Amino acid sequence: MTDDFDDLKALKAALKAAPAPDTGAKEAALTLAMENFDRLQGSAHASRSNQDRPERAGFLNGVQSMLKVLTARPALAASTSIAALIVGVAVILPATQNNTPPVAPKTIAPDAPALAPATPETPPAPGEADDGRATAPAPEQPVDLATEAAPAPAEPVPAEIAATDDGADAAGGNVGLLAETESDAEAKMAPEAARAREEVAADGVVAYLEPPLASAPLPVPDVMPAPQPNTEEFASAETNPVKVTAEEPVSTFSTDVDTASYAIVRSTLNMGMLPTPEQVRVEEMINYFPYAYPVPEPGQAFRTSVSVMPTPWNEGTRLVTIGLQGALPETAARPPLNLVFLIDTSGSMEDPNKLGLLKQSLALMLPELRPEDEISIVTYAGSAGQVLPPTKAAERDRIMSALDNLTAGGSTAGAEGLELAYQVAKGMQAEGEVSRILLATDGDFNVGVSDPEGLTAYVAKKREQDGTYLSVLGFGRGNLDDATMQALAQNGNGQAAYIDTLSEARKVLVDQLTGALFAIAEDVKVQVEWNPAQVAEYRLIGYETRALKREDFNNDKVDAGEIGAGLQVTAIYEITAPGSDALRNDPLRYGTATAVNPTESELGFLRLRWKAPGAETSDLIETPITGTEPATDEARFAAAIAGFGQLLQESVYLGDWGWDDAIALALSARGTDEFGYRIEAVNLMRLAQTLDR
Amino acid sequence: MLMNTSDETLALAAATGDRAAFATLVARHYDRIHGLAWRLTGTRAEAEDLAQDICAALPAKLRGWRAEARFTTWLYRVVVNAAHDLRRRQATRAKAAQGWGDWEIARQDEIVEQALALDWLTSAMQRLSPELRDTVALVLGEEMTQAEAGSVLGVSEGTIAWRMAQVKKRLRALAAEEAK
Repeated sequence: MTDDFDDLKALKAALKAAPAPDTGAKEAALTLAMENFDRLQGSAHASRSNQDRPERAGFLNGVQSMLKVLTARPALAASTSIAALIVGVAVILPATQNNTPPVAPKTIAPDAPALAPATPETPPAPGEADDGRATAPAPEQPVDLATEAAPAPAEPVPAEIAATDDGADAAGGNVGLLAETESDAEAKMAPEAARAREEVAADGVVAYLEPPLASAPLPVPDVMPAPQPNTEEFASAETNPVKVTAEEPVSTFSTDVDTASYAIVRSTLNMGMLPTPEQVRVEEMINYFPYAYPVPEPGQAFRTSVSVMPTPWNEGTRLVTIGLQGALPETAARPPLNLVFLIDTSGSMEDPNKLGLLKQSLALMLPELRPEDEISIVTYAGSAGQVLPPTKAAERDRIMSALDNLTAGGSTAGAEGLELAYQVAKGMQAEGEVSRILLATDGDFNVGVSDPEGLTAYVAKKREQDGTYLSVLGFGRGNLDDATMQALAQNGNGQAAYIDTLSEARKVLVDQLTGALFAIAEDVKVQVEWNPAQVAEYRLIGYETRALKREDFNNDKVDAGEIGAGLQVTAIYEITAPGSDALRNDPLRYGTATAVNPTESELGFLRLRWKAPGAETSDLIETPITGTEPATDEARFAAAIAGFGQLLQESVYLGDWGWDDAIALALSARGTDEFGYRIEAVNLMRLAQTLDR
Repeated sequence: MLMNTSDETLALAAATGDRAAFATLVARHYDRIHGLAWRLTGTRAEAEDLAQDICAALPAKLRGWRAEARFTTWLYRVVVNAAHDLRRRQATRAKAAQGWGDWEIARQDEIVEQALALDWLTSAMQRLSPELRDTVALVLGEEMTQAEAGSVLGVSEGTIAWRMAQVKKRLRALAAEEAK
């Protein structure tokens, strides 16, 4: 662990430099301790009726043990249990009042902390009376419990219960600070000890009744978390600028089948916040939706469809939408699949939205596999291990029980786990089979090789050597290393998806399983050459993180995105005609490009390069963009989503175009929307509109 | 000789009413209590108050001691729980900040010589959630192993390891901010 501590040296040194205790304070504290000790000895054996104990204490204990499992995180759960607590205490109180003999409550000072009056008889410590803390009543002034309790309604009581027990008992011992009943242990204790404990327990109940005097607010455990820096990391680049065709006529990028950004935007909006601009990647939002593009001709891997329409947010420009539709080979003919689930079981995954959702998601996916497909499970947390050796998908029970047994704990040795997963995948590989690693994580790789570059280089190398693909499923928020996830999937020729709900899991792992697991084309690159006679300026919307150099297009060594079976990829350009009022750049006074044939009416020329899976050399598809391609609902919906993304990015290109326009456009282009994804997007836009006010 | 007697033996004796044993035990551990209290609360005044409260409560608490853990582990738990309670009370009083925040406000009025190092410590600790602060106070401040810290805080060793990784991450984020 020495390495781990290097970063912490400064903090450690600072913490070690604790100030020496003040001698006066020390003496006072020690004296107080001795006084309390003596007092306690005196009273220890004085018999005290067991009836001190409320008869219905068992009920209270139940409430307590419920509270024991509360941690700071499920504050929501805490607030719902308040209702239960109030009911519970309301039942207890009358019993307490009816049968209790007068017992000296520990403190009547409203402001007294529960801590100081450790024993009922604690006198004010020397010098401490001034500050108002620990003003315990003198023993000769016993206060009737009933009178004390009566004026106070029940609600503050749970405040103190919650406050005292949550942390104390979570610490796992009978060491809760004060008023601790600890009754679950009593059954096991010797009778005498049990009686002694019960006395303490009774005191505890009394102590709970103190705060009513102070007007305690409603119990909200750990209401004020310390400000924390967000450790989420997002991959983003500057928004693509408007380019002048005369200066840079060619635009090149790699396709992208990731959908993570949309799911992250959705989860952020559903949390009641607007996503920050760097969380928004417009192309991933557009590509989240299925589009009904024409299917490829038999024998073709995919087909392009282009449509041109006026830009919704700018009268002077047009949108060119380029859609690629992947072929869907007969699923029966697909090769057997080797799947390695690489599952992050680090401590941070311990959350129903993370490991819990992950288990459910994988369980959903199992029935989609064919019996001869093989599955193996590798986990990583502190140390990496193979939880399930390669198992046929037919043995669903075995796989399910291995999944169910996963628990979270430890730090994240992402790199080590990845190595083991590749090793396992290689062992499962056979002729004609497809191997893929499905990495499920909250995005944290904090032990081992943790620089994303080293990791992604490794993933890329393995893809070339073994032909093993890697897809990434992201879970949970707060720690999400979106940047690493995206980089890994990009280099592993896989998909990065973010799963925030079970229906999202169904979309990714059931509806689109074939597409997610089987590539029909690899290294798909898109290049558009614009015609300066028709297009003076152009702007690619999104794909900032996917830009390629112009010369990379023809270089088959340069990696690019894949297209899964039956999936679509959509890219949108906003173009401006020469002489339009909407031009952003003034024409050059000297040396305008005149080389182009002015009679040429084409807008541009679309080139696509792709490789069949495993192939070394690429094929080229060329299509002219004539400008007469009709707009479809699909293109209009894609434009609405592009507008949605840019609104979230606070893009400067939208002008006055706002949420209402985006919603109207999306609604008008809903199409059949079989799965309801599009109407969900419209509702998200409405939500964002409300949050944006 | 009492001075050489182990904590556990003294605690058992004290629990059954041995005054000298209790006196030795408290005197022996006051500095430890105070030190951890300071690390947990970040302010000297609160550390003193907390230590005094704990000393006051110790005779009663010791009766619940069943020698299941090492005395120091048990004592650390008591201190951590007391600090938790203190934080909660502060929260209930709707103060705008928890322990370290109070200190930060008070610091403005205090003399400048309260060293840059402390300033950094405060801002570093402020970045951490209460769980992480507790973990740091035990692992770094008290030099406990992760297993010991886990047993004090009632969580698994793995959780401590994960929390320490989180601390590192946050410190790096802080360092990156400072570099700007």
